[in-house]
Amino acid sequence: MTRAALLVLADGRFPAGGHAHSGGAEAAVKAGRITGAGDLEDFCRGRLHTAGLVAGALAAAAVLGVDPRELDAAADARTPSPALRLAARRLGRQLLRAARASWPCAELDRVAGWFPKGAHQPVVLGLAARAAGLGPSDAAYCALYESVSGPATATVRLLSLDPFDATGVLARLAPELDAVAESAVGAAGRAAARGVAALPAASGPLLEIMAEAHASWPARLFAS
Amino acid sequence: MHLDHLPHGPAAVSADAHRPDGTRRALRIGLGGPVGSGKTATVAALCRELRDELSLAVVTNDIYTREDAEFLLREAVLPPERITAVETGACPHTAIRDDISANLEAVEDLEETVGPLDLILVESGGDNLTATFSKGLVDAQIFVIDVAGGDDIPRKGGPGVTTADLLVVNKTDLAPYVGSDLARMAADAKTQRAELPVVLQSLRGGSGVADVAAWVRERLAAWTA
Repeated sequence: MTRAALLVLADGRFPAGGHAHSGGAEAAVKAGRITGAGDLEDFCRGRLHTAGLVAGALAAAAVLGVDPRELDAAADARTPSPALRLAARRLGRQLLRAARASWPCAELDRVAGWFPKGAHQPVVLGLAARAAGLGPSDAAYCALYESVSGPATATVRLLSLDPFDATGVLARLAPELDAVAESAVGAAGRAAARGVAALPAASGPLLEIMAEAHASWPARLFAS
Repeated sequence: MHLDHLPHGPAAVSADAHRPDGTRRALRIGLGGPVGSGKTATVAALCRELRDELSLAVVTNDIYTREDAEFLLREAVLPPERITAVETGACPHTAIRDDISANLEAVEDLEETVGPLDLILVESGGDNLTATFSKGLVDAQIFVIDVAGGDDIPRKGGPGVTTADLLVVNKTDLAPYVGSDLARMAADAKTQRAELPVVLQSLRGGSGVADVAAWVRERLAAWTA
C-alpha cells in the first residue's frame, strides 16, 4: 500500500460531490441547535458515534471484501430516511466516478454496473480505498472524518463561524475518532466472518427526521 | 476511452465524447457570469431559438433555490423533464469547476431519460468574474455580463471575460440609463480577448440572440463533424 493514497482519498478537495452536503448541519443550524463552536462539537460527536460509526464499519467491511450488494442493503436498513438514502446513493455514485478515474480497476467497473444510480457512499468509499491499496482501518478513518468534517465546513459557511474554531472542534474530536475507528474496524471484521448483521446499527433519530424536513425546504444552501 | 480496459457499466470519465453504448453524446455548453447578468434569460432565449431544430435540455445550478429552473419551467421554454436543477452547497464555482460530479450526473441522467440529445446547456449559479467551467464538464462556455454591472468589467478582465469561448454583453438597451459606454466595453473586450468573439445582446430589444444561437449552431456543427 501507499500511505499517500490515503491523503488523496481523504482530501476534502477530492472531487466526489461532498462540498454540496452539510451532513445535517444546515437543518440543525436553522432549528437553532448549532449556534457556535460548542454546539458544533456536540453535533459532530453525535454524528461520530452514530452515522459515523455505521459508515466507518461499512467502509472497512467493503475493504475486507464483504459483498458490496449486501453492504448496500445493510446501509439501506440502517438509514430510515428516504432523503438520506437518496443523498447517500448520489454521493456514492459521484465518489465512484472519481475513484474509477483515480484508481481504475475491474472491481470498481463491476460495481458501477451493479449500481447505475449509485451505492451508499460509505460502501463505495471502502471499495475506493481497496482499489487504492489501502486497508480497512484507512477506510474507516476516511468515513469517520468525513462524518464530522462535512458539518464543520458547512457550519463555517452557514454561521460565518470562525474557521479556526471549526478546525479546533475537529482537532479536539480526533482522539474520540481514533476510538470509534477501532470499533468500526472490529465490527467490520465480525461482519466479514459472520455476515452483515454484525455491523453496528446506531443512528441519530433527529438527524433522520430533520433530513426529511430539510429535503422539502424550497430554499437551502446544501443538498442534505 | 482512455482507460486501458473496457468498463462494465457507465463510463468513468465524462469528458469522453461517446456514451457507454458508443453513440456520440450531446454537446455541452456552459453559461456563466455574475448574479443578475441575464444567464437564465439567455438560456430561455436560446431554447426558444433552437428547440424546433435541436433536441435540447438544460441543467441549472441554483445557489440556494430552484428559482432558475422554475423560471424556465414557468416560461415553458422546454418540457419539464428536460430541465434539471443541481444543488451547489453555497459554492457555485466549485460545482462547475473543482468538483463537477453532481453536474456530470445531471447531464448523464438527462441523456438517459430524454435523449438522444443534441445539446445540453449548463447554467452556472451567479458568481464572480473568476468562475469558469471545467473542460471535464462542458465543451464550450459562454460568459454573460451586463452593461448595468459596470462598463469597466471587460477592462478588469478575469478568467470569465478573457477565456470564455463567447462573451455576451447583455442588456445593451440599458446603457444610456446607467451611463455605460458600449463602445468602450466592446473595445476593452476586444483587447482582453483578441480573436475570441463578443456579442452585444438586448433580450428586450431582441438583438444579439440570433448571433448567440448562430455561434451555438457553429459549435454543434464542429462537434458532430
